[in-house]
Amino acid sequence: MYTRAYKATVAIPPLLWVTIFLLIPYAILFCYSFWQVSPLQVIVHAWSFDNYRELVRNPVYLEVLFRSMRIAGAVTILALLLGYPLAYFLSFCATRRKDLFYQLVIIPLWVSYLVRGYAWKTILGSDGVLNGFLQYLHITSHPVEFFLYSPFAVILTLTHIYTPFTFLPIYASLEHVPRNLVEASQDLGASPFRTFWHVVFPLSLPGVLAGATFAFVLTLGDFLAPLLVGGPSGIMISNIVVSLFGAAYNWPLGAAISFGMLVLVVALLFLVERVEKKLSFS
Amino acid sequence: MNSLLSIRDVAKKFQNREVLRGISLDVASGEFLTILGESGSGKTTLLRLIAGFEQPDSGEIWMADERLDTLPPHRRHVNTVFQSYALFPHLSVFENIAYGLRVQHVAKAEIPSRVERALAMVKMAEFEHSPPSRLSGGQQQRVALVRALVNRPQVLLLDEPLSALDANLRRQMQIELKLLQREVGITFIFVTHDQEEAMALSDRIALLRAGVLEQVASPREIYVRPATAYTAKFIGQTNLLRAQVSGGVATASGISWRIAGTSSESGVATFSLRPECIRLLGQFAPGVRMADGGPVRFRARIKTQTFGGATDLLEVALSDESSLRVRIPSHGSLQGEAEFEFAPADAVSVRESEPN
Repeated sequence: MYTRAYKATVAIPPLLWVTIFLLIPYAILFCYSFWQVSPLQVIVHAWSFDNYRELVRNPVYLEVLFRSMRIAGAVTILALLLGYPLAYFLSFCATRRKDLFYQLVIIPLWVSYLVRGYAWKTILGSDGVLNGFLQYLHITSHPVEFFLYSPFAVILTLTHIYTPFTFLPIYASLEHVPRNLVEASQDLGASPFRTFWHVVFPLSLPGVLAGATFAFVLTLGDFLAPLLVGGPSGIMISNIVVSLFGAAYNWPLGAAISFGMLVLVVALLFLVERVEKKLSFS
Repeated sequence: MNSLLSIRDVAKKFQNREVLRGISLDVASGEFLTILGESGSGKTTLLRLIAGFEQPDSGEIWMADERLDTLPPHRRHVNTVFQSYALFPHLSVFENIAYGLRVQHVAKAEIPSRVERALAMVKMAEFEHSPPSRLSGGQQQRVALVRALVNRPQVLLLDEPLSALDANLRRQMQIELKLLQREVGITFIFVTHDQEEAMALSDRIALLRAGVLEQVASPREIYVRPATAYTAKFIGQTNLLRAQVSGGVATASGISWRIAGTSSESGVATFSLRPECIRLLGQFAPGVRMADGGPVRFRARIKTQTFGGATDLLEVALSDESSLRVRIPSHGSLQGEAEFEFAPADAVSVRESEPN
């Protein structure tokens, strides 16, 4: 088919790209995670596991990590609960306006993340749209403070941002469910509800899994939403990494946390891939 | 006729295209009925109307004393074998077949034995635990068939189930299907575009042309006594003779013959004469009794001879250069002029109808 030379020519550019911009920086970061910051605020190349030990020993890091995972879990579930019905509606019910609806879901992805983050800030703030509305209706007499600068605000914002990421793979997998299987199920006497649970849903699971992975991994590593709307109680693990590399000037510890996260995410992806293999039936 | 399924004046439009018009058809219990037609004739739509995947614009469909066309598909006691099998890819062969039984809440203890009996019926017992993707086309076909049959439907609908199989397997499955239908005694409604398949399998053929039923009859009758020129051409090969009729005698291309019956109408009529009803004189064994009125003889020039195994197909030119196809038992090379004959009763008067 293809000659070796051809294969090599095609493979080399992406390999170079990955090596220069991913593998080498990761390797450098990996080295950093074993180094130390001296009392004089200089990074010294003294190899040890101290940073990793600190990671496990200091409750702050683990607590924030678990909070990040809880937030990521909540966002994943909410994004699936919003994305799945939407995808189902578009794939099975919308006939003529399908393209229009699809574009409506996609368009928010073209808007800058920052703009969407700030939009939520405007909505949830103490003199924001939501509080103004509630006070106008006399449901509340004072601005409700916990809307903004809380894990709730982070979950809300990230759900809004990542729902299209769950929608897309679910929609793709639903579009791939052969319609004659739905007919076959009804033909064999199954009600529409039973047909959904026993035929459509199992066949869309690979899409659900892919969407959940997107939402979970992207949320876990997010630092902008907590920065914009999270406040002190909504801080996530990436914010800590950012501050360690910035203000705190502790690159080695930041590198160690980054690596811990990387291992976590890679393990997760590995697991997902194994489950996905079990779920695909072609 | 004691009819099980009754289609009454059914019509169906898609957008502005009339797919079916004024379809009325009764299907007897235990019958093997084939809906035959070209692609686009509406045969699959008719089947989908019976299954409930489409709703008729007008008309009614009844099964025994129950009106069918107002019920959703899952409430109808019909099952379908789909053209592309539509086996559930995430379920094993066993679970595919058990699907309908579980849905209908058949007692749990009864399910394995019914599934196994069904699989044994098509000699597929060993594949019980395989996923459908592991099966060949013919095997998937058999699973699809018993998945529908295991529910003991009153009517089984088959939508060109053999069209995806290669020729040999197809012939074998035709025989199996016919045997199976006799064995289970369920009414089969079979859709195909293949007239040979229709002839081989059916008790009756309903020939559909552009959304209208052209003729409904047994394969033999539809072949020997086609009602229309379209039927005669669609089922088997034929010669269509446009003849001038007067005084009970038809004349076409210099050949004249007496028409059966006492009609004394005059004018133009079309006759269908099958190629195998024409004999080459001299080849014909003596002692065979001719139809009443004696054979009609004519001379013709042999244009081409096509070898077809047991038979040869000749194309011959008549005096006015119009050509006629003649099927004769295989013969050595033929050339020049020859004498032919046919029995007048074999020239069947057919209606010449445009698709309306």
